[in-house]
Amino acid sequence: MIGSIIVGIASSGIRLATPYLYAAIGETFGQLSGVLNLGVDGIMLMGAYAAFYVALRTGSLTLGLLAAMVVGAIMGLVMAFVSVTMKAEQGISGIGIYLFGLGLSELLFRTTLGAVETINGFPRLDIPVLSSLPVVGRIFFQHNILVYIAFALVPTAWFILNKTPLGLKIRAAGQKPEAADSLGVNVARVRYAAVTLGGVMSGIAGASLSISLLNVFQQNLTSGMGFIAVALVYFGGWRPRGLLFGALLFSLVNAFQLWVQVEGIRIPSDFALMMPYVITILVLAAMARRRVQAPAALNKRFNRGHG
Amino acid sequence: MKRHIGLLLVGVLVLAVGFGVVADPFRVAVVMPSSISDLAFSQSMYDALLTIQNRMGAENFEFSYSEGMFIVSDAAAALRDYASEGYDLVIAHGSQYGSSLVEIAPDFPNTGFAWGTTVDTFADQGINNVFAYEARSEEGGYVNGVLAAQLSKTDIIGVVGPIETGDAKLYVEGFKAGVLATKPDAEVKVVWTGSFSDVALASESAETLINAGADVLTGTAQMVVGAVGVARQRGALWFGTQADQTSLAPEIVAANQVYDWTVTLEPIIAMIQEGTMGGTAFALTLANGGLQISVNAQALVGPTINAIIDGTIEIDL
Repeated sequence: MIGSIIVGIASSGIRLATPYLYAAIGETFGQLSGVLNLGVDGIMLMGAYAAFYVALRTGSLTLGLLAAMVVGAIMGLVMAFVSVTMKAEQGISGIGIYLFGLGLSELLFRTTLGAVETINGFPRLDIPVLSSLPVVGRIFFQHNILVYIAFALVPTAWFILNKTPLGLKIRAAGQKPEAADSLGVNVARVRYAAVTLGGVMSGIAGASLSISLLNVFQQNLTSGMGFIAVALVYFGGWRPRGLLFGALLFSLVNAFQLWVQVEGIRIPSDFALMMPYVITILVLAAMARRRVQAPAALNKRFNRGHG
Repeated sequence: MKRHIGLLLVGVLVLAVGFGVVADPFRVAVVMPSSISDLAFSQSMYDALLTIQNRMGAENFEFSYSEGMFIVSDAAAALRDYASEGYDLVIAHGSQYGSSLVEIAPDFPNTGFAWGTTVDTFADQGINNVFAYEARSEEGGYVNGVLAAQLSKTDIIGVVGPIETGDAKLYVEGFKAGVLATKPDAEVKVVWTGSFSDVALASESAETLINAGADVLTGTAQMVVGAVGVARQRGALWFGTQADQTSLAPEIVAANQVYDWTVTLEPIIAMIQEGTMGGTAFALTLANGGLQISVNAQALVGPTINAIIDGTIEIDL
């Protein structure tokens, strides 16, 4: 009995965490290179729409996923252009991207689809052998492929950022761009790459909603998730394992408060709804003593040759 | 001389009759908190206005709308704009717009306003150009609950609600009452997601409810598309409200309470045309036809029919 409760909550938490993981990992790359992208939510919405529409019309979920990645890349490129080349105020341009994505996705939805409908998204994919394990099998190994990929991306991102030359360049561009520049690193190009990659990941995050977890597209489907993903990057100290912890904490508490309501435990629903946010803040406060350093050049323009 | 006066009189008469016959169209503006395609609150109002336009004719009835106005200050600006553009009726379709309307309505005494869902026309504050309207959604909720209880095999029924307020609260209370009146031992489990638009949370709420044994679900607000998707995947039945949600999942949407706002709008329009700008509260009820229950035969008997057709069920005679 208690086993099935834990399984239910943990399994829910893993599903809820998936879009946050994609979006936050992507944003981490961008922020480590020095660019703050507040437009994640808008890119997620465009990715969600693109994936849904293409999958609906072509019948292919893979094509839908690819469409989301392309759309995300394009929007990432726009953000990179505005922030790196045009050197605009990154916070503002990010909000602009958000509003653009929010509005355009709804306009396209209205004109091409018109009414809300559901789709057969990525099916459940049981990992052989592992999914038969008691408890653990049901919690971790009975999800769909986009969930698995999200979690697999965490160690992958860690490896890229810490063990590859590209990762070193990204971190250098965000920490000391002048020094990186003098050593021959093309800071602008690195930032373009990081922010575009962030856009691709946000697009996949959107697709994970519309063609895998929720199997529907609707106006403002993400309902602010992208902003929470950006916050998770800060929470995680710009480290993949940190944001995994943050995403899981937030999502597990959310799954828990849903269970609390379902079981009729007499906590006011407003209090239950507050729980994920309050607990996240409390944990953040408790962890404040560890030294977390933002990338020194985050949200600052880099003017080559001016130091 | 007499001939000229005669012609002049005929001319004046024709002009007068002309002006009388070619009346200005009745112009309505509405401000809504969500999208007109939300399959819920805003769509029901938009559909009603379209219906009235078809009935009255496009040359006699025009309407404009502002959707997605979940930020109250944006909505207030829109309401004021519409009023100053001379619309005959300005509808504030959302209970959160009340405080804005209290300030705006007195500035435009020749404009009729309508506010829903609520019963307050601000008459006690001396404002006489605001109509109020609401939906007694607990009535259709009760009917849905009665049917849900009869259809549930596990006697556990789940509800995915947005925020515990307004017509969402009325619907859920009515639904619970209907279930418990039919099967006093049944369990109704309610989850409030805290948002009208968080589809992901609605989806997980449905999963959690089904994991807890629910085989029939209901819910309200535009986020329920997530819950319907999960219900479809896991074979639970769904009861809809506010709009006909059958198209989302025809195999499992058993019945819907559909709002027909024309039942409140048409009297309001008539009263404004006769010169009364406000002061009356209207409601959608089963009795006046504003609430209708539409039952979806496909979900209820479709599987049985198919099983007979393809031989899975053999009838012993």
